[in-house]
Amino acid sequence: MCGFGGYLGSIRDAEALLARMIAAIAHRGPDEQGKFVTPDAGLGHARLSVIGIGDGQQPMFDVSGNLTIAFNGEIFNYLELREGLIAKGRRFRTSSDTEVILHLYDEMGEDCLPLLNGDFAFAIWDNRRRRMVLARDRMGVRPLFYTNKDGVLYFASEIKALMKVPGVSAEIDPIALDQIFTLWAPIAPRTAFRNIHELEPASVMIATQGQVTVKRYWHLDYPHRDAPSTVTNEGDAAEELQALLTDAVRLRMRADVPVGSYLSGGLDSSLVSALAAGMTPRKLQTFSVTFDSAEHDESAFQTEMASALGTHHRTIACRAGDIAGVFPEVIRFAERPIIRTAPAPLYKLSGLVRQAGLKVVLTGEGADEVFAGYDVFKEARVRRFCGRQPASRMRPQLFRRLYPYLPGLQQQSVEYLAAFFGAGNTALDDPLFSHRPRFKTTAAAKIFFSGDLRATLKGYDAAEDLVSQLPQAFSLWHPLHQGQYLDTRFLLPGYILSSQGDRMAMAHGIEGRFPFLDPRLVAFAARLPPEMKLKGLVEKHILRKAAKHLLPTPIWERTKQPYRAPDASSFVGAGELDYVRDCLSEASIAAGGLFNAKAVANLHEKCRTQPVSGFRDNAAFVGILSTQLWQRNFTGQEVGAARAA
Amino acid sequence: MVTIKDKVRTFIVDNFLFGDTSYQLADTDSLIENDIIDSTAVLELVAFIEDDFGIAIVDSDVVPANLDSIERLSSFISARAKARAA
Repeated sequence: MCGFGGYLGSIRDAEALLARMIAAIAHRGPDEQGKFVTPDAGLGHARLSVIGIGDGQQPMFDVSGNLTIAFNGEIFNYLELREGLIAKGRRFRTSSDTEVILHLYDEMGEDCLPLLNGDFAFAIWDNRRRRMVLARDRMGVRPLFYTNKDGVLYFASEIKALMKVPGVSAEIDPIALDQIFTLWAPIAPRTAFRNIHELEPASVMIATQGQVTVKRYWHLDYPHRDAPSTVTNEGDAAEELQALLTDAVRLRMRADVPVGSYLSGGLDSSLVSALAAGMTPRKLQTFSVTFDSAEHDESAFQTEMASALGTHHRTIACRAGDIAGVFPEVIRFAERPIIRTAPAPLYKLSGLVRQAGLKVVLTGEGADEVFAGYDVFKEARVRRFCGRQPASRMRPQLFRRLYPYLPGLQQQSVEYLAAFFGAGNTALDDPLFSHRPRFKTTAAAKIFFSGDLRATLKGYDAAEDLVSQLPQAFSLWHPLHQGQYLDTRFLLPGYILSSQGDRMAMAHGIEGRFPFLDPRLVAFAARLPPEMKLKGLVEKHILRKAAKHLLPTPIWERTKQPYRAPDASSFVGAGELDYVRDCLSEASIAAGGLFNAKAVANLHEKCRTQPVSGFRDNAAFVGILSTQLWQRNFTGQEVGAARAA
Repeated sequence: MVTIKDKVRTFIVDNFLFGDTSYQLADTDSLIENDIIDSTAVLELVAFIEDDFGIAIVDSDVVPANLDSIERLSSFISARAKARAA
């Protein structure tokens, strides 16, 4: 795991620029740095040594000197690929997975990408064909951004490296902001920065001087909703799932350094930890966040699981005020406004892993997308059920069962429950049926947008933009699969794997690995009939079945508790930090120009005086504060100065 | 003279629209469908009616038919106030 940057085109002072770009992302690769500079293409690399520690330096060249690679990530099946290449007569000079990519590319060009089982982003300078090849893994674990300036293509693992390019500056993209305040994340290739783009997951860019093409090499696909399932026996499916997951964990234990595991106390990370614990000769090291507030804390389950596995378990407490303390750094690393604080505890957690001397951790992320674990899937099922009998007073009561952790919802009348979830209001053939209430509730936070921002947006509709990105086959899939697609294709790379994942881990030079996103497991899960994933209102049914004999009963029986952290309440009240007051002051908000200063002042006051505020107010508070921090960090807007003025 | 409807509108604009008077909210617009209130805000509405109008609200009163627009809120409060005065 590392970071890299580079360019295609003729530039001045290339060596110095690469040095500045790599210095900006040195946190991603604190172990080594390297550069490759030619008059019209260059690569720089910051290395976190995990595989091939002694001989995996980068940028790496092939034996002919025609191919040069800068690579971030891991190819987990590199040993198998290497064996196949050796059988074909290929000779290796190193023990690294990086060299495997070089050989594969030399043999097959970009057609090698579907063979890679890994989390990766890389750039290959192909001198023979005078082209730069950029590629990203299927699910979007590893990041890659690019921009064009004066006819030169610049690219890097993080945007802050691109900010070092002369003439490139940060300016918020209003459409991206609207998307974040609706969908939680920009729709790739858009980023929060105007004119800076993200290479989409599962995509390859071929760039020559003067021409750039981007194509997807893999698509997430589901069977036709009326097609007979190829998987009919639940017992067989659970067995196959366990075998695939076991192998996915086995491949992700490959490293020349110890591999630890996050342990949230839920089903997914417990299962990954249990499998990993059985594969390591030493005690597995596990890591958890605990919270003061009972509604967020899962430490009882974490302790039970760590004890059952006999792991060396470490915890870090996220106390009142801790989130506010790290939030500016969280935004600096996330490089985008966010509407929830949930990345902040994960930032602290990766710091704990670093302190423990580890570089690599397994996580349970991805299971909720792949095996339908999120509440939104159950909610959609209940809404459809209600929609068939809109007059029913019994059916909406099921909403209470979905959200036992939301006291405000438990107290509502049946009529209000039906109204809040739009039961019976949303067209059943709406492609966004599953996510419409979430998008609508989030978008309510846009009431704080300034008149200028609204005028710039000209009635732009992020949800409809999302619909325009859906593949043709989408309408032929089962409703559960449609919902899974929305989360897997957009929320997973756009928020979970980036803002909560790579960015928070790499802030401390930690590599997260995601067994549930192994391509074989993703393909297998997509083929499963919907009822094996969401059985009635029991989420991840088949995963529970596979996990039953591996986990203590209270863990495998647990209903999913979504990972959440305190939002607005983290920032207000006694001990409110100066930057919060500065960022939300009327002068600062007015200077930023994106929000209605008076309304934000009223929101701030409301959050101070009424500690329990609803989803919209929490999302608005965090979204506005993070946007202000984004502006301050990347555009240099001095909120303190604005206040003084 | 400040009417019940005026007081209700002021409360909604101050608390749920954060003072944004430019928001076009008709008396009959649904507060839920226009994303002006969520489940927490319903309880704020109940507290407002009890505190500002001295009307006791029981659980069965807390339904959109009574509370989901400025018009409905005003009618509900007026009817209860009259019943109390009678």
